[in-house]
Amino acid sequence: MPADLNWAIGGEAGDGIDSTGKIFAQALSRAGRHVFTSKDFASRIRGGYTAYKVRTSVDRVESVVDRLDILIALTERTIDENMNELHEGSVIIYDGERTTMQDVEVPEGMIGLDVPLKSLAEDAGGAIMRNIVALGAACEVTNFPIANLDESLEKRFKDKGQAIVENNKKAARLGQDYVQEEFDHDFDYDVETTDNDYVLLNGDEAIGMGAIAAGCRFYSGYPITPATDVMEYLTGRIDRYGGKVVQAEDELAAINMALGAARAGARAMTATSGPGIDLMTETFGLVATSETPLVICDVMRSGPSTGMPTKQEQGDLNQLLYGGHGEIPRFVVAPTNISECFWKTVEAFNLAEKYQTPVYLVADLSLAVTEQTFPPETFDMDEVEIERGKIVDENDIDAWQNEKGQFQPHFPTADGVSPRTLPGVEGGAHMTTGLEHDELGRRTEDTDVRIEQVDKRERKVDTARDEEDWSYREFGDPDSDTLVLSWGSNEGAMREALEFLEGEGTDVRFISVPYIFPRPDLSEEIEAADDVIVVECNATGQFADLIEHDSLTRVKRVNKYNGVRFKADELAEEIEDKLAEPTEVEAE
Amino acid sequence: MSSEIRFTDFKSDKQPTWCPGCGDFGTMNGMMKALANTGNSPDDTFVVAGIGCSGKIGTYMHSYALHGVHGRALPVGIGTKLANPNLEVMVAGGDGDGYSIGAGHFIHAVRRNVDMTYVVMDNRIYGLTKGQASPTSREEFETATTPEGPKQPPVNPLALALAAGGTFIAQSFSSDSQRHTEIVKQAIEHDGFGFVNVYSPCVTFNDVDTYDYFRDTIVDLSEADHDPTDYDDAKSAILDADKEYQGVIYQDEGSVPFDEREGLTDSMADIPEGAPEDAMDLVREFY
Repeated sequence: MPADLNWAIGGEAGDGIDSTGKIFAQALSRAGRHVFTSKDFASRIRGGYTAYKVRTSVDRVESVVDRLDILIALTERTIDENMNELHEGSVIIYDGERTTMQDVEVPEGMIGLDVPLKSLAEDAGGAIMRNIVALGAACEVTNFPIANLDESLEKRFKDKGQAIVENNKKAARLGQDYVQEEFDHDFDYDVETTDNDYVLLNGDEAIGMGAIAAGCRFYSGYPITPATDVMEYLTGRIDRYGGKVVQAEDELAAINMALGAARAGARAMTATSGPGIDLMTETFGLVATSETPLVICDVMRSGPSTGMPTKQEQGDLNQLLYGGHGEIPRFVVAPTNISECFWKTVEAFNLAEKYQTPVYLVADLSLAVTEQTFPPETFDMDEVEIERGKIVDENDIDAWQNEKGQFQPHFPTADGVSPRTLPGVEGGAHMTTGLEHDELGRRTEDTDVRIEQVDKRERKVDTARDEEDWSYREFGDPDSDTLVLSWGSNEGAMREALEFLEGEGTDVRFISVPYIFPRPDLSEEIEAADDVIVVECNATGQFADLIEHDSLTRVKRVNKYNGVRFKADELAEEIEDKLAEPTEVEAE
Repeated sequence: MSSEIRFTDFKSDKQPTWCPGCGDFGTMNGMMKALANTGNSPDDTFVVAGIGCSGKIGTYMHSYALHGVHGRALPVGIGTKLANPNLEVMVAGGDGDGYSIGAGHFIHAVRRNVDMTYVVMDNRIYGLTKGQASPTSREEFETATTPEGPKQPPVNPLALALAAGGTFIAQSFSSDSQRHTEIVKQAIEHDGFGFVNVYSPCVTFNDVDTYDYFRDTIVDLSEADHDPTDYDDAKSAILDADKEYQGVIYQDEGSVPFDEREGLTDSMADIPEGAPEDAMDLVREFY
């Protein structure tokens, strides 16, 4: 029996798949097990196949795999959709009394448990609890103590009153008892518990929590999948710290409101996905030119245009790196896992304020909708440091006024970073503009001033390149001749793929890059390798292009753009295949 | 402090490049006087300017200011005010900025009713791009891009504001300095979104909506039988297409601004040097 268990519930959108899956994931987390969740869903409220998958182990899990051990199937299609992941010995829990499930044939070698989910739920107090009956049945199959599920049910339903909580607990027990009594089978699954404490959260929540920790007090946004969870997390919570979430009328307003708040001195942020980034791009140039600190989060999804809104892709890299007319100084930071979503958000706010430059904080759908367990100390709030850069108040403003007593918000300093006053500070009144401007922030077309200001803004990036940490994350065998590079959420799948590869006798050095611009210089690492493989979720290999550009070396590419994230076992195979290909001959 | 503030304190040392005789001179002077008369100082005032001739106002006034992208001045002003409600926020722009490219923001800013002031310099023409039709141009007004006129009725910004739930809707004429200043002052003092559409004639590209035209036709509501707190009076005046009115057309005296309803009173700029003291509670929520 493998150390990890792969469990899923699937059905129609509107069947309560997400909340049921979350309840089970939370029960496992509270039982001291590591959890990694993923969702298959369509962009609609009702109808269409949707599934919530949980991978769990006592060891850390970083990825999904192509194997499903226990499936709660609310529709026949759920079984079809997962046929290639089911295997001999997989358990399928279904309700044969449901009209759509009456003709279900459990595939050869698998164990079908026909449990009257709806009838049992009605016995417990209402048909709505049929998914909870199924969870009880799953507890029995996996030998998982139902008391852990109780805790999770209490957390989920306590706001609805103790009676509801008790009914749900009863529903779970009816499911458990039914399996125990009706199926005389010794299931091959045993979910062990530990005393460890874990928290369970997704990437959007980690970004939201990072924003509050970093002192973000103003968030304006327009709902868009898969970034909306950032906004929903902050709503209500940011208020406790004197902040506010504003739902704007569109993305144009969202970024401009955030810009206004940032001019007032608040740490401000907006989050969106690709289509929103397109709309925000004009103002992005203004943010950079007016030297306003702002964090703009892009939670990428499949594009272009409306694309596949609920599917994974890392296709926005070029847009984030080059988007906007003219030449726009910026930072592009891309966390590689869920806990890094928290820490890189904190870093993004510091970069924005220290260098008065916009920061693109880049996540992707896989990070956003995946929940993962972490020891709470992973998010040690005492480690959060807030660096606000060159903010000038009444006491030191004199040094930055010209001979006429005018404050100089774009003074061309040696490091490129100018002093900054916040509205309300006496003697600091100044304007700024998206027009090219002089050190006072006033429009100019003077050729010398133009060069001075362009250079000054670029100098900030140079300064940051020298003074900040742009290092990569490294895994696997540092001496291997095979180098795999990736960015964003692929890190988890690749880390697990390393184990598969090691098992096959293939050693790999894996470098996960969280900074797109500026980014670490990888030329030595690439020079040292025989094979360089760049892994990313897009069709054209945008990150691979950057690596080739930086190192003047051809790399091999593993690209996936069908809308589904990499799975660890699949990725290991892809790497093996690439290694089997001849390394490209130097161009004649 | 207010006694020391003069309206010239709001003037920058940059000379305006508006055409001699441009209505925007009078519009800006009235804004500066109204700001000074309401006890504001340049250091606690934030002006947001749009794009167009009107947008240059940020350069000619002295205060904290941002000159942004075309049509997006209102959301900037809203963000600034919510992040620091102690600031006096004034947004200024033209008819193209406010009623064409920024029309969506206009309606939502009116609805949101944040405590700020919006002054639109309405000259019924695009001046900076040298004379094309604007959303408030007359249906038959001939321009380079509309040789036979726009052939569509002009936007009625006052009606839009009323329909969107406006709590302060006014109109003034840049050349009537005293009344214009009074009206902007009332907009500043209003608890909520103070909206003033200012007739601000373009002497170069609009030979229809001229100083003479407005002088001859304008009706001052303060001298007419008009109660600005009466919604029906406001509706009649706003929908009366035959007259050009100046004065406060509508004011909801019970207006409670968005910022106040949301309990926002302090600057969001003040934050600790690390995470909030109880921030580990946020982590524990995920148990």
